[in-house]
Amino acid sequence: MTEAAPAARGFWADAWRRLRRNKAAMVAATLILLITLLAFIGPSLSPHAFDAIDWDHMAVPPGAPNDHWLGTDRLGRDLYVRTLAGVQISLQIGLLATLVSLFIGVLWGATAGYLGGRIDNLMMRVVDILYSLPYIFIVIILSTLFERGNIYVLFLAIGAVGWLTMARIVRGQTLSIKRKEFIEAALASGVGTPGILLRHIVPNVVGPVIIYATLTIPQMILFESFLSFLGLGVQEPQASLGSLINEGAQEMESAVWMLLVPAGFLVTLLMCFNFLGDGLRDALDPRDR
Amino acid sequence: MMLRYALRRIAGVVPTLFIIITLSFFVIRIAPGGPFDEEQALPPEIRANLEAAYGLDRPLIEQYGRYLAGLVRGDFGPSFKFKDFSVTELIAQGLPVSLMLGLSAVLLALLIGIPLGTLAALRQNSPTDYGIMSVAVLGIALPGFVTGPLFALIFGLHLRWFPVAGYEDGNLRFLVLPVITLALPVIAYIARLTRGSLLEVLRMHFVRTARAKGLPERQVILRHALRPALLPVVSYLGPATAFVITGSLVVETVFGLPGSGRYLVQGAINRDYTLVMGMIVVYGSLTLTLNLIADLLYGWLDPRVRYD
Repeated sequence: MTEAAPAARGFWADAWRRLRRNKAAMVAATLILLITLLAFIGPSLSPHAFDAIDWDHMAVPPGAPNDHWLGTDRLGRDLYVRTLAGVQISLQIGLLATLVSLFIGVLWGATAGYLGGRIDNLMMRVVDILYSLPYIFIVIILSTLFERGNIYVLFLAIGAVGWLTMARIVRGQTLSIKRKEFIEAALASGVGTPGILLRHIVPNVVGPVIIYATLTIPQMILFESFLSFLGLGVQEPQASLGSLINEGAQEMESAVWMLLVPAGFLVTLLMCFNFLGDGLRDALDPRDR
Repeated sequence: MMLRYALRRIAGVVPTLFIIITLSFFVIRIAPGGPFDEEQALPPEIRANLEAAYGLDRPLIEQYGRYLAGLVRGDFGPSFKFKDFSVTELIAQGLPVSLMLGLSAVLLALLIGIPLGTLAALRQNSPTDYGIMSVAVLGIALPGFVTGPLFALIFGLHLRWFPVAGYEDGNLRFLVLPVITLALPVIAYIARLTRGSLLEVLRMHFVRTARAKGLPERQVILRHALRPALLPVVSYLGPATAFVITGSLVVETVFGLPGSGRYLVQGAINRDYTLVMGMIVVYGSLTLTLNLIADLLYGWLDPRVRYD
């Protein structure tokens, strides 16, 4: 946006400075970056494939004198490669579902808030009804809709119902800015409703949207792991953090590393995204400290 | 005024439930695959007979009508996979265990979360405060399917304080670890809510007045500050029950409890239409009712709430 006033640039520069001063958020962001790099590059450093069975090394613990750096599972598959494959799936799905929910939620909330009146009532009523049902029910109903294993389609659908909170946040923001002078000015210069929504309302709700999106990613990662843990998500031989934790939990009496390795990665990722989200909130919304 | 509001809210639950039932009925039926898809395909004649026996050969709209008619009589229909059982029987078997699990978890969360949050608020920015809040962050971030197995590992396998898994009627020791697993995030959340809102209330004028008239600090907190400070906790109780219901799916799987949560998962895996529907109806009405109770409780506790 070329016409952005200096004050607007100042806001983002300020936010960036505040974020950089937040140690927890910066450590979290660095860790997320490192884990992402590891997840996409790491598997090619190991001589093993994620589904290759090593008959000579079954259920060996990490650190044993062989090239399975984090040990193997009951079937002799390399846990380092499988866990990183799981992280890959988690990150991709977290991002995909968040983007979908972002898209729908922002448009829905902005439209409802801007148009107001009966349309607003109807649109928010839909949100209320979907809200009243535990989210996981919708997810489980949806999981019956798709061939099991096609996790990407499933998460497109989960993102498509995960937009409720986003819609509420955006609607609230829209209500507060739609009476401002610049909207009036746009109206007076003949901009149509879609133009006002996309060019004037949506750019002005970016702050809260970024914050909430950062907090949505770990939720979506958690949902994927949750579904895979229950056997409704990623199917064998594909690995996901959830399915690995499930396998690990069954073997924990004899092979505790099979639980601890994927659980460690999942917990680290979730904590990092939460800290980053909190940091962004403090940086972008200094009133709410 | 309050009564009218209550009646209107209660009346609002029925259409919501109806919409939920209708939507899930049709969505589940659109799904590809059915309960009779086995590893070995059934001969077409047998399949046709089976479908006729369950009424699956009728037009969808007629099946829907029959399902609703059954629901009104409290009949959820037969289960497709658990042959010889009706969905009503299956749920009636499992629901008491699930309810006990969920209720104990919410109670435990209130009993531990509120005092912890109060303590943290009263010692703001002390090591106690930081300690409690760090544990709370951890408790919120850790999912039940990670903490559950870890608790089983530590307290079941190594320390042998509680059984690792399983259930015996009347033996509460089997419920200890599942309830703690389920309650942990709720405890953390309630502690955070209580701390935040108590800090806000403590800055208000009426608290200063109470202190100024010479009341002992104990009374200022317990009689004056805590009651308004707990309002956010009350409104969190609705989402909390939904969370506990969701969590019980995992906890019942991890600890091998014979609750009804696993039927939702197994029903979805097996395409057992009636079982999934039954679970949605029962759990859906449960969440709606509990949300309603939390809302009404909120209105009763907070005299500032107006009903229009």
